[in-house]
Amino acid sequence: MDLELDEHAARFRDEVRSWLAENVPQRPLASFDTAEGFARHRAWEARLAEAGLSVVAWPEEFGGRDASLLEWVLFEEEYYAAGAPGRVSQNGIFMLAPTLFSHGTAEQRRRILPPMARGQEVWAQAWSEPEAGSDIAALRSTATRTEGGWLLSGQKTWSSRAAFADKAFGLFRSDPGSERHRGLTYLMFDLRAEGVRVRPIPQLDGEPGFAEIFLDGVFVPDADVLGEPGDGWRVAMTTANNERGLSLRSPGRFLAAADRLTELWQRVGDPADTALSGRVADAWIGARAYQLYTFGTVTRLREGGSLGPESSVNKLFWSHLDLALHETALDLLGPDGELRAEHGWVDGWLFALAGPIYGGTDQIQRNTVAERLLGLPRGDR
Amino acid sequence: MRFALSAEQKDFAASIGDFLSDVDTAAAARDWAAGDPGSGLTLWRGLAGIGITGLLVPERFDGLGADPVDLVVAFERLGYHAVPGPWVDTAAVLPMLLEDELLAGVAAGETLASVALPPHVPYALDADVAEARIAVAGTRLHAFAPGRALPSVDSCRRLFEVREGEVLGAAVDPPLAFDAGVLATAAQLLGAGQWLLDAAVDYARQRRQYGREIGRYQAVKHLLADVVTRLELARPLVHAAAIAVRDGAPTRARDVSAAKVAAGEAAYLAARTGLQVHGAIGYTAEHELGLRLAKVRALVAAWGTRGMHHRRVLDAVSGAVA
Ligand SMILES: Cc1cc2nc3c(=O)[nH]c(=O)nc-3n(C[C@H](O)[C@H](O)[C@H](O)COP(=O)(O)OP(=O)(O)OC[C@H]3O[C@@H](n4cnc5c(N)ncnc54)[C@H](O)[C@@H]3O)c2cc1C
Repeated sequence: MDLELDEHAARFRDEVRSWLAENVPQRPLASFDTAEGFARHRAWEARLAEAGLSVVAWPEEFGGRDASLLEWVLFEEEYYAAGAPGRVSQNGIFMLAPTLFSHGTAEQRRRILPPMARGQEVWAQAWSEPEAGSDIAALRSTATRTEGGWLLSGQKTWSSRAAFADKAFGLFRSDPGSERHRGLTYLMFDLRAEGVRVRPIPQLDGEPGFAEIFLDGVFVPDADVLGEPGDGWRVAMTTANNERGLSLRSPGRFLAAADRLTELWQRVGDPADTALSGRVADAWIGARAYQLYTFGTVTRLREGGSLGPESSVNKLFWSHLDLALHETALDLLGPDGELRAEHGWVDGWLFALAGPIYGGTDQIQRNTVAERLLGLPRGDR
Repeated sequence: MRFALSAEQKDFAASIGDFLSDVDTAAAARDWAAGDPGSGLTLWRGLAGIGITGLLVPERFDGLGADPVDLVVAFERLGYHAVPGPWVDTAAVLPMLLEDELLAGVAAGETLASVALPPHVPYALDADVAEARIAVAGTRLHAFAPGRALPSVDSCRRLFEVREGEVLGAAVDPPLAFDAGVLATAAQLLGAGQWLLDAAVDYARQRRQYGREIGRYQAVKHLLADVVTRLELARPLVHAAAIAVRDGAPTRARDVSAAKVAAGEAAYLAARTGLQVHGAIGYTAEHELGLRLAKVRALVAAWGTRGMHHRRVLDAVSGAVA
């Protein structure tokens, strides 16, 4: 067991570090939940892609550089440590793309992945519905067979960045007689297609970070079915494991936040306040634990393992860590802890609040861990 | 000993609650946040009519000279309904800082005050709407002009930097004024926490997932049970602190600090839990939950941080032992 980087990985990390040092914007970009900020983040994605750094873990033919998982983790650490912008393409890159790699056709990969890598096509996840939140299998939106494809109808909600994105992926009931997990089909559609209406919804911070999507007989060709028709649930579980697992929330961002927190503590902290200094230390320990846990996951995957219910452990851990990091910073700031100032901690806190909800709530994750990892009996559901 | 609210105090709470349930306080809060104080000021005058602004004002200035326990009763309701405005500054703090005709305007609901009490209250709340703008420097009072606006996480709290101006005279009792502010803030936190709990309980009874009300799931029940426990145990601390303020008890600082810490933690737990139980719908700006969530976060930082109040409690209790 060791934690040493081999020469190749170390060289890769150094290259990434120096590129970021020269290219990361001096001032933070406007929030990608605004039209202007979204456009700027899209341009940033293109710049990353030009340097071959937007999707390092993908095969070269799609714009990646075949980096190993470990190298990807290193990339993420450098990325957040450098204070680089949030990834506006994250739902596509970290959720749809892995699903395409496991279940997509060669044609789909060729067509969809390169524009995704360059930020030309930004994807939204259209899963939740008004009556189907935690219980996704209760979804009601339908896909009806038509010549050469499907007609989509129904309503999706809480779709992050759908207010500005180009395309979306979601699950639809394609067999009208089916129930729950059966008879679902995984489909991709254009947010600007005829029959689609998107209504932005302002979030706690006032910005339209998510949206409702109304679908009224939207045509989707057969080429945009992901996996087999009717097999959507199984396909969707690949996406979900990626959302909870390490790819959407790499340790890099928490390590960077923990570093900023310790800086803040050095600047304004009172060493005599042992309760608060203890929380700063705990936050750092948590970020480090998550980093090491991720190294373990990377090793396990490299040796042929897969992402299963462990991704729920992951999700529970980082969602709490993120909140603790931000709450501690706000407490350190004293009376300034209520200000939405340049320090950015209040905005970070508002975002961290959503962690225990999206991608499966804490309660659902705990059920998953208890039942699928610990083998406890299934509760009523 | 009778450690419970009197019948009059319960009636008082009920009449404030009735009044506020009949008006759209959320709309007033949103207007206030948008810099349009019209509906909030109407609300203010209505509440002054019930007597809230005159509670601590002595009778010779047309106030009620009432009990700080009444103040706590009123502020719980203000917090419950997320009423916007510099209530703490005007109704709780100012009457402890000066003895002046100004208080008659306060009691009548005509004068709004914004008070800065550095270091723990460095910024001035709603200083653009308040005409009495007073900063405390040691034992003196200064008039101040509002400086740069500072956006709070609670958009209804319009904060400003303070530029001290002419000296107004000696302050009556700054430590008491600070404690009255802490006490009123604790009561507001308690009220906001109670609203968050009530809303979450209502939602848990209605919202269905997996074919049943989410309140049937033990995971959800336990979340809510923990919140009740915290709120119920914070409330007596707030009431006891009010009594300590009323009686000028030597334990006053300890008691208001304990109240603020406990009410802040209970309300924050209620906010986090309320959001969790609502799921994504609670994360929207349109939902009223966000108003309380942001207010709770702001009030946890305002009128002394948890660390500061912890220290006061410890200093007091370890001093008592020594
Ligand atoms: C910021 C944000 C971004 C989002 N982005 C997207 C997106 O891009 N695409 C998308 O499709 N969705 C998105 N979502 C939606 C998210 O996936 C859902 O909010 C989540 O699945 C929970 O569903 P719900 O909000 O309907 O809550 P509900 O399912 O109604 O849950 C309410 C409460 O009940 C609890 N509960 C429910 N069932 C059980 C049970 N069986 N046992 C115990 N407790 C239970 C929950 O834990 C929760 O506390 C986003 C949400 C947020 C907050």
